[in-house]
Amino acid sequence: MWSWRVPIGAAVLAAGLAYVLVQPPPFPLPEGIAYPALVARALGVLVLAAALCLFRLFGGPTAADRIVAIDMLGILIAGLCAILAAATGHGWYVDIAIAWALLSFIAALALAKHLEGRAYDD
Amino acid sequence: MMTDVLTILGWCIIAVGLFFDLVGCLGLVRLPDVYNRLQAATKCVTLGTCAVLLGVFVIQGISAAGLKALLCIVFVVLTAPVGAHAIARAGHRAGVKPTERMVWDDYADAQGLEPKPPAQSGESDHEEA
Repeated sequence: MWSWRVPIGAAVLAAGLAYVLVQPPPFPLPEGIAYPALVARALGVLVLAAALCLFRLFGGPTAADRIVAIDMLGILIAGLCAILAAATGHGWYVDIAIAWALLSFIAALALAKHLEGRAYDD
Repeated sequence: MMTDVLTILGWCIIAVGLFFDLVGCLGLVRLPDVYNRLQAATKCVTLGTCAVLLGVFVIQGISAAGLKALLCIVFVVLTAPVGAHAIARAGHRAGVKPTERMVWDDYADAQGLEPKPPAQSGESDHEEA
């Protein structure tokens, strides 16, 4: 059963990728970054991936889909903090990445237990 | 000179990681049911974020930020499969139906259950090829 959703989605994704890669989005980057255009493109690709995760988060048919999307979004944000650390040279962005990855893991475990219908101390 | 080479190498590794992140999230949108989405997204996004953190380590060198990036790689590699396993197990026990094209359910078979009937058409967000 062929539908228009696939070519429309592919066209939207290609347009977003072309926009992100050709002209870097106007992110409010801090001063003193060595390669601002490169950092803006990298952040743009991550924002595009996060937008795909948000699509699954809001439109997921089951609750498990939304939990998967939340888990992936947490790991993506850890990568985004790592890129900011490489761009600005501030080491404390990596601390945020570690904390966010661990909190996202705990949130995924708690949501999985909630989905299964068990208590959190079970 | 050496620092420039390491910076370029680090940004190349970060670019590879971003590619894997994007492909993993595309699989999260495109694949037919929860279990397929889970394996595509978990493997690709974990590898992509680990590559990004490895690139940060290559750029920063042996410093506090670089070693913390290596520590974050260890955490992500340890925690992401555990979370994915918990979500898949909870989804299976909560009765999330697999796609119509599933041929056999090993987990239900190992538990001595009947394999769950596949999702009716229209119920799952998936169109037949």
